[in-house]
Amino acid sequence: MKKRIFSIALAGTMILSGLVGCSGKKSDALVIGGIGPLTGENAQYGEAVRNGAQLAVDEINAAGGVGTNGMKLELNFQDDEGDSEKAVNAYNTLKDNGMQLLMGTVTSKPCIAVSEYTYSDNMFMLTPSGSAIDCTKYDNAFRVCFTDPTQGKSSAQYIGVNDLATKVAVIYDSSSDYSAGIYDAFVAEAKNQGIEIVITQAFTKDSKTDFSVQIQKVKESGAELVFLPIYYNEAALILQQASSAGVTAKVFGCDGLDGIINQLAGDASLAEGVMLLTPFSVNSSDETTKKFVSAYKTAFSNELPNQFAADAYDAIYAIKAALEQAKVTDLEIDASELCDLLKIAMTKINIDGVTGEMAWTAAGERAKDPVPMKIVNGTYVAM
Amino acid sequence: MSFLNYLISGLSLGSIYALIALGYTMVYGIAKMLNFAHGDIIMVGGFTVFTAISSFQFSPAISIITGIIVCTVLGVVIEKVAYKPLRNASSLSVLITAIGVSYLLQNLALLIFGSSSQNFSSVVTMKPWQINKQLVISGETIVTIIVTTAIMIALTLFVNKSKPGKAMLAVSEDKGAAQLMGINVNKTISVTFAIGSALAAVAGILLCSLYPQINAYTGQMPGIKAFIAAVLGGIGSIPGAMIGGILLGIIENLSKAYISTQLADAISFAVLIIVLIIKPTGILGKKITEKV
Repeated sequence: MKKRIFSIALAGTMILSGLVGCSGKKSDALVIGGIGPLTGENAQYGEAVRNGAQLAVDEINAAGGVGTNGMKLELNFQDDEGDSEKAVNAYNTLKDNGMQLLMGTVTSKPCIAVSEYTYSDNMFMLTPSGSAIDCTKYDNAFRVCFTDPTQGKSSAQYIGVNDLATKVAVIYDSSSDYSAGIYDAFVAEAKNQGIEIVITQAFTKDSKTDFSVQIQKVKESGAELVFLPIYYNEAALILQQASSAGVTAKVFGCDGLDGIINQLAGDASLAEGVMLLTPFSVNSSDETTKKFVSAYKTAFSNELPNQFAADAYDAIYAIKAALEQAKVTDLEIDASELCDLLKIAMTKINIDGVTGEMAWTAAGERAKDPVPMKIVNGTYVAM
Repeated sequence: MSFLNYLISGLSLGSIYALIALGYTMVYGIAKMLNFAHGDIIMVGGFTVFTAISSFQFSPAISIITGIIVCTVLGVVIEKVAYKPLRNASSLSVLITAIGVSYLLQNLALLIFGSSSQNFSSVVTMKPWQINKQLVISGETIVTIIVTTAIMIALTLFVNKSKPGKAMLAVSEDKGAAQLMGINVNKTISVTFAIGSALAAVAGILLCSLYPQINAYTGQMPGIKAFIAAVLGGIGSIPGAMIGGILLGIIENLSKAYISTQLADAISFAVLIIVLIIKPTGILGKKITEKV
């Protein structure tokens, strides 16, 4: 008798597994597409996003998936080399591969180009780091990072309200949308705050190693504070060169500056006192952040996450929260149908991520403004 | 005082351009080809020293020697594998091959070291030289200028006095005649690549010490600038490369200081265009040579 039950059960499983095999579904997980530069000059940003997102996907799957039925996630990340046309091609490839929603793109210009397509396809998109205003101009697009103008305006406000300085020098990258976007908003708001911009020095992506001239000019201008709306690689070089030129002005930056302590491994004390407006800080003592940083280091050969990785990690968790909010349980849900559900769900969620408390407005922006931090003794301290 | 500051940083930048330009110009003079992979040899030199110091804990001196040896061998191997089979091909094919080698090296570096910039700990331990409150010269700047001057003197002596040096001059003047006179042309070309790559390694180490970061694209822009320097000085001419490099470094820094920091690169390239229009052979170029 026992034997018969066993054999029936066995036959049943075989038939069932046969059915699963025949069901024609390409993947047994919800497919999240990702687009960003994995090669070319912006590769470091794309890689960080892919790693951060992959880490979150693996964590979620290991912890039992999404929602009540434990839906698994799958990340399919494509390279766009930071180029708009290639990003659109990557988007089409992803659609062919069964993408149901998009986490991307990483850089602003491709993001704007792809958003035109996601809008007409009604495909939900959440960009981790596309900070130009137009990235989220459609209602299907959301972002994890803050916009460039928000950062520039908040920086000027913070400097003005707290009387950090009245004479400010700016060194920015005129060839980067990110940097120029922050700069423009900063200049506009500086007027209202009574901040005098005594000197503005630009550089371009082709000459971002030698800052001796810019630093000399800042030194001569008598500025009390240098505003650096740039990324940490260049900022590290500026701090090193400024220190050997004997510049003593305070330094204020935005989220691009996060990671600067580790870029100054030779002499981390150069970053002492640097203020930055960032939602994520790799050296933070916050528990969620610590857990993320150590998991990231273990997964990716001791590399430290930057704000791109953090944004992507949070993006995946935000997607998870939105899926649960919308009670999505069907793995084979149509992308357009999913988009309609997620658009509404995104504005209802409120979760704690490594980039702080996350909630969204219907316009696709984070509901809270970024807060400034200060580097004291090699760690970030809220100001 | 600030003018002196600009001049000195221009001089140190120019010295590095000059070192790289020497490699361009020597290879052009002898093999009549533009080795666009030359800029990436700089990056390989930098990464070798970076790895030697950070992963193998070698002392800076041994790391520098390792870097120079690796680049020298790499230069010779590249010549043997990629350029020698094309010795009699059109110059365009060789140029394309050189660009291919350049991409190969960049992408290999991307694969091995990843895309983010690594911290390069300066191999120079010299303290900055504080002349007065306004004028501070960093140790790296001083070392760069001294090393470059020493190398230029040594190279000039080598080319004009030693036998392999004279063979190089002979090959650059007339390959066929040199061969008839019993000079081993292939060996001379290998020696040229070896010297050029060794100089690129030194330039790479100095560059990364001066601006202590390294990534796969570190050598790209300095390589192109050095090419302009070589053309400015007269491609094929060794003293021309030295003058061209230093001049370009100073022009670049002064135009950054007095015209625009954003236009400095445009001005460097404008210099190239003007030179090609007014004196296509460059400052010290003698005869009109074929251009690619």
